[in-house]
Amino acid sequence: MKILVPVKRVIDYNVKVRVKADESSVELANVKMSINPFDEIAVEEAIRLKEKGVASEVVVVTIGVKKSEDVLRTALAMGADRAILIEAADDVHTDIEPLAVAKLLAKVAEAEAPDLILAGKQAIDNDMNATGQMLGALLGWGQATSASALDITDGVARVTREVDGGLQVVDVNMPAIVTCDLRLNEPRYASLPNIMKAKKKPLTATTAADYGVDITPRLTVVKTVEPAARAAGEIVGSVEELKAKLKEAGVV
Amino acid sequence: MSQTSNETDAPLRESMDYDVVIVGAGPSGLSAAIRLKQLDPSLEVVVLEKGSEVGAHILSGAVLDPIGLDRLIPDWKEKSAPIKTAVTEDHFLFLTDKRSVRIPNWPMPKLMSNHGNYIVSMGNLCRWLAEQAEELGVEIFPGMAASELVMEGDRVAGVVAGEFGREADGSIGANYEAGMELRGKYVLLGEGVRGSLSKVVMEKFNLSDGLDPQKFGLGMKEIWEIDPAKHKEGTVQHTMGWPLGSNAGGGSFLYHIENNQVYVGFVVHLNYKNPYLSPYMEFQRFKHHPVVADLLEGGKRVAYGARAISEGGLQSLPKLTFPGGALLGCSAGMVNVPRIKGNHNAMLSGIAAAEAAAVAISEGREGDELSDYEIAVRDGDIGDDLKKVRNVKPLWAKWGALASTVLGGFDMWTNFLFGLSVFGTLKHGENDAQAIGEAKDYAEITYPKPDGILSFDRLTNVSFAATNHEESQPCHLKLADPSVPITVNLAKYAEPAQRYCPAGVYEVVEKAGVPEFVINFQNCVHCKTCDIKDPSQNITWTTPQGGDGPNYPNM
Ligand SMILES: Cc1cc2nc3c(=O)[nH]c(=O)nc-3n(C[C@H](O)[C@H](O)[C@H](O)COP(=O)(O)OP(=O)(O)OC[C@H]3O[C@@H](n4cnc5c(N)ncnc54)[C@H](O)[C@@H]3O)c2cc1C
Ligand SMILES: Cc1cc2nc3c(=O)[nH]c(=O)nc-3n(C[C@H](O)[C@H](O)[C@H](O)COP(=O)(O)OP(=O)(O)OC[C@H]3O[C@@H](n4cnc5c(N)ncnc54)[C@H](O)[C@@H]3O)c2cc1C
Ligand code: SF4
Repeated sequence: MKILVPVKRVIDYNVKVRVKADESSVELANVKMSINPFDEIAVEEAIRLKEKGVASEVVVVTIGVKKSEDVLRTALAMGADRAILIEAADDVHTDIEPLAVAKLLAKVAEAEAPDLILAGKQAIDNDMNATGQMLGALLGWGQATSASALDITDGVARVTREVDGGLQVVDVNMPAIVTCDLRLNEPRYASLPNIMKAKKKPLTATTAADYGVDITPRLTVVKTVEPAARAAGEIVGSVEELKAKLKEAGVV
Repeated sequence: MSQTSNETDAPLRESMDYDVVIVGAGPSGLSAAIRLKQLDPSLEVVVLEKGSEVGAHILSGAVLDPIGLDRLIPDWKEKSAPIKTAVTEDHFLFLTDKRSVRIPNWPMPKLMSNHGNYIVSMGNLCRWLAEQAEELGVEIFPGMAASELVMEGDRVAGVVAGEFGREADGSIGANYEAGMELRGKYVLLGEGVRGSLSKVVMEKFNLSDGLDPQKFGLGMKEIWEIDPAKHKEGTVQHTMGWPLGSNAGGGSFLYHIENNQVYVGFVVHLNYKNPYLSPYMEFQRFKHHPVVADLLEGGKRVAYGARAISEGGLQSLPKLTFPGGALLGCSAGMVNVPRIKGNHNAMLSGIAAAEAAAVAISEGREGDELSDYEIAVRDGDIGDDLKKVRNVKPLWAKWGALASTVLGGFDMWTNFLFGLSVFGTLKHGENDAQAIGEAKDYAEITYPKPDGILSFDRLTNVSFAATNHEESQPCHLKLADPSVPITVNLAKYAEPAQRYCPAGVYEVVEKAGVPEFVINFQNCVHCKTCDIKDPSQNITWTTPQGGDGPNYPNM
């Protein structure tokens, strides 16, 4: 069984995100970038399936600037077998929209014929929560999103999904797309010896043009603004005082 | 790769052999790596960096004297080094609380002039240097902290790096990775000021015996995006005087770099006496001076960070070599204090160490002392640079800012003109930890509350350092005696850790009426001040997990 894992290079979750002076987007120049945390979870799950003998090969793919190779190396160091880089932009500020990404991934899926695509449930930069679903539609495959547990037997993926107010268990026939949520697993560290070995693992560099996919943006960003500043908090001494304050504020 | 065993509870640790192992991807370490490969492309060179990426832990001013870079990569312009802003104007001001007096440039010796220098982000320059190094075949591993030395008999034979996944109590967690031994014919320590392995090496090999103690300052820096109408690219401004007055030595820097940004920084010499002093709050207060406030008004602070700076100069420069390796740059302490410049010397020292190591390896040597490096530093450009200014810092300590600017300027002139000093070589006296006075002898200092526009409380600012430490790991700030912060430091010195730490890591909280010392190590920005200034010298900074710590942008 072969697993394909799309990984995205995003602004690191520790970074204080800042809007560019011209309000066109958030500032990405000089900013620390990392693998999207949910994608790291997807890579971990794929590797665990391989370690359990369920999967035989794990292929990771990223779409973005040349520098995105970094996140592929991280995934290879964690244990993926090989990687595909699809260069689609020169400037990190160029956003490749979910539909373009999904179309490119569909082409990769056609060529690679994986049995399972494990993606993150959303990327923490744009929070679109869309790519996996769009890919499912394009391929005509079954999909299960926000997985917090995954079990594979006889060509069926049993996925526990985190839904509002509880858990839902669904079965999808493979090939399928599963998007991963936070509680699915705790990713391993990319160890130094494995990072060294990862430098020698195969990485194929391609471009969006190679796949004949039109990645021209269809959305226009009108303006990007920072959230309004929060009013200063107040430390209360007791529950009584808290209740009084809340009354005062007219919330209870 | 081969396997060796380490501590009993941990699994086997792999090991890898190199010609040269370099700790730290700062200007010194990267210069050494590049020079080694320029001299002999067949050398196997590895660089370990604790930051999540190269540049993530680099904090400098910085006005760069390009002498080191010119020597390392003469065609750096063609290779698009991120150096865009030449210094065009240079102001030196003496501040009183409302006013400023410009000290004219003419009485300043030529060595103080910034003509021919550039305003740069050393973080970005290091990122570029790392690319140059990788193109030459250097292996660079960011996110890997070198946490231990590997000894072989009496020599340093390598380091351990990349240990991950210990639990808070030190036990082995589910995702534990043992890390790796990286062994080298020579190990070069480019850890920057107060390096954790450098400190061990200096003690083990008595490298500072008979010398003056090393002296330090704490440098804090903010990056501001300001109104383009007020921005004057290329302008450099330094101030002394207010708000520190007689409480402490130090001063500010303000550099107008490209893209409408200014680097605003403040350095407080760590030999201050009043335990109630808060270097951080002095910095915040400083920004309300009209000469700064007018400039920053309407602007936005986009990043914050802090780092100690070595100030001991020639009198404190340790022996640089030990069996199996050498100290580079600020691991030894090569800052020219009145020029507040150390990057050029860091780079020159990396080059010199690489040259000595390449020769030694070509002669089939390994694990011995690179004495040619020591000679090249002391008798070469670095020694020259430091010698001319060796008395400025002791004069500051003795006479205070204004008088010593005059005396120091005079001393630098005589050095510049005649190559000698009327003072001979002055001593530094005690170390910075011993300098602190007892709380009973000093008055508390009340600082104005930050307004959230020009000045910020510590924790808000720390969030602009993007620092992070995995919570389930042992605290990397080690107390030799856990009772000392309360029994000694609080009782005698009002526990100054609460104030000198620029990230608010240390707190004394009352629990049921009993004071308790709390270490919020997650906030640490790796400045190393606690390791320097704790009056009881009870705190040792060790490396947390690789990749943890600040994520500085273009610092
Ligand atoms: C990779 C990633 C995955 C994530 N996944 C999820 C997810 O699956 N589900 C999810 O829910 N979130 C998720 N998050 C968001 C993250 O969990 C939130 O940042 C977190 O829930 C914020 O909680 P907090 O209490 O620390 O936040 P805060 O903003 O500190 O607190 C929230 C509120 O609690 C109150 N409060 C806090 N402290 C006090 C106090 N001392 N006294 C009184 N009131 C107080 C305040 O009203 C405050 O507004 C994710 C984040 C990342 C980076
Ligand atoms: C506020 C301030 C302003 C300054 N202004 C100027 C200026 O304008 N001009 C100038 O020339 N100089 C200036 N300096 C001095 C200059 O920054 C230093 O001299 C210079 O950084 C020294 O370079 P280095 O390579 O020795 O160390 P650093 O630049 O400190 O680099 C050390 C690197 O090693 C890494 N490291 C440390 N320990 C380990 C470990 N155990 N394992 C793995 N990695 C490790 C660190 O993360 C870091 O990346 C300033 C310094 C400060 C603090
Ligand atoms: S804990 Fe120490 S090293 Fe960390 S920020 Fe505070 S003073 Fe600096």
